[in-house]
Amino acid sequence: MNKEKIIEGLLKLSASITILTTIGILYVLLSESISFFKEVSILEFLTDKEWTPLFVNKHFGILPLVMGTLLTTFIAVSVAIPIGITIAIYLSEYAPNKFRKIVKPLLEILAAVPTIVYGFFALVVVTPFLQSFIPGMSGFNSLSAGIVMGIMIIPYVSSLSEDALRAVPKALRNASFGMGATRLQTAFKVMVPAASSGIIVSIILAFSRAIGETMIVAIAAGQQPRLTLNPLVPIETITAYIVQVSLGDVAHGSLEYKTIFAAGITLFLFTFILNNISYYIRKKFKEQYE
Amino acid sequence: MKNKLEAKNVSVFYDDFQALNNINMSFEENAVTALIGPSGCGKSTYLRLFNRMNDYIESFRLEGEILIDKKNIYNKNIIVEDLRKNIGMVFQKPNPFPKSIFENVAYGLRIQGIKNKAILRIKVRKALQQAALWDEVKNDLDKSALTLSGGQQQRLCIARTLAVEPSIVLMDEPTSALDPIATAKVEKLIYELKKEYTIIIVTHNMQQAKRISDYTAFFYMGDLIEYNKTEHIFTNPTHDRTQNYITGRFG
Repeated sequence: MNKEKIIEGLLKLSASITILTTIGILYVLLSESISFFKEVSILEFLTDKEWTPLFVNKHFGILPLVMGTLLTTFIAVSVAIPIGITIAIYLSEYAPNKFRKIVKPLLEILAAVPTIVYGFFALVVVTPFLQSFIPGMSGFNSLSAGIVMGIMIIPYVSSLSEDALRAVPKALRNASFGMGATRLQTAFKVMVPAASSGIIVSIILAFSRAIGETMIVAIAAGQQPRLTLNPLVPIETITAYIVQVSLGDVAHGSLEYKTIFAAGITLFLFTFILNNISYYIRKKFKEQYE
Repeated sequence: MKNKLEAKNVSVFYDDFQALNNINMSFEENAVTALIGPSGCGKSTYLRLFNRMNDYIESFRLEGEILIDKKNIYNKNIIVEDLRKNIGMVFQKPNPFPKSIFENVAYGLRIQGIKNKAILRIKVRKALQQAALWDEVKNDLDKSALTLSGGQQQRLCIARTLAVEPSIVLMDEPTSALDPIATAKVEKLIYELKKEYTIIIVTHNMQQAKRISDYTAFFYMGDLIEYNKTEHIFTNPTHDRTQNYITGRFG
């Protein structure tokens, strides 16, 4: 048989493995959640304000977990977006080339630190530090988990936004300078608007990364599903709940066990929607410049 | 005749490479001066000295003085942004911002802090009329500038430059990316503009220099070889090298 054909077959096989894996994951998620929803109504799942599947008095309202996830996510992105975009603008519009070439890879190391390290950093450094001037703050809370998660996400925002800013034709920057604009005016009136789709994509990716982040929140934010916006008390995120059940002694096939699939598919929906939005924006952006 | 600009003993270096060698030259007000010469002769570097666009090149170093209205624009107390409001620049490739036609022309005005909509409208209209583009776009001012043709985009960039009412306009091969019809329109425009502006234009097109300029300077390897009235340069050049270049024997 022809060597080329064998290689082509191997390439196709490796490509199809990723697709098959995705389909497999979706299948398991869906089938387990369907059997979950046979026992718990979707209405209860979406409206009940308590999530206590592991207790005697069982409630199956996903809202507290969603709230916990959104709370930590918003804290994280409100740290990551302003800092990340400021860094991106500084690196692309102000920093000398040599400096940028050293700093950018260094920043990306932040994303390479294992998340469990961040989790402990949040728990044993940031929380005690915050407690020293926020009396009454719990040992587990969404604030320090969110802040540390935000630090972890900074390079996602800064790196992608900087790429987007650098992709803007140099001629636009020259045109603006030539009109007598300062660097600051050029950055905010020309470069950022021209790179806006790329910057928005980086923001969405940051959201998506924060929603899916597991270790930091599992370690530092607590395991108490709670419908609250208070960042100082223990909460539980969807991901942290899945970890808790997976590691616990819940019987396979039980209703408690199936809850993690229902939680999982909720999480999947969030990130799936965000990914699609960013895909759509990226596609539109391409059309604009062609 | 009044001298608007003057280069005094100007040399430019990029690290160890010398791009311009001791240039002395003055430019007449309300005239078009063409800078010609083969690629790499330093004419674009020279043009960009007048609005300090070379400042962004890290290895750039200047010796000598550039005087505008008798003032050295490389003096420490000169604010580059203010300088550029008086000296517009049109680039080689049309580079409109990805904004509306109106916002493109209004850009420099907004930079200067003009917010009054009526004033903006009047000035934008005037600039578009000067750039001979008004009739073509007057109903589409809110459309993206990127929808215009290449020639229209370049005239838009000229309008954007004129809107802030500079006294000098620098043009770096403004028609090299345009077709002959669009080129003719831009050339006619340049000819009109010299009544109000002092224009310096870099061009690779000998015929263009001949058609639109009052004075022509020929550069070669960083040296100013010959500078004279355009008719003189093209009919009776003093140097052999100029003669060879304008007749197309090298370049």
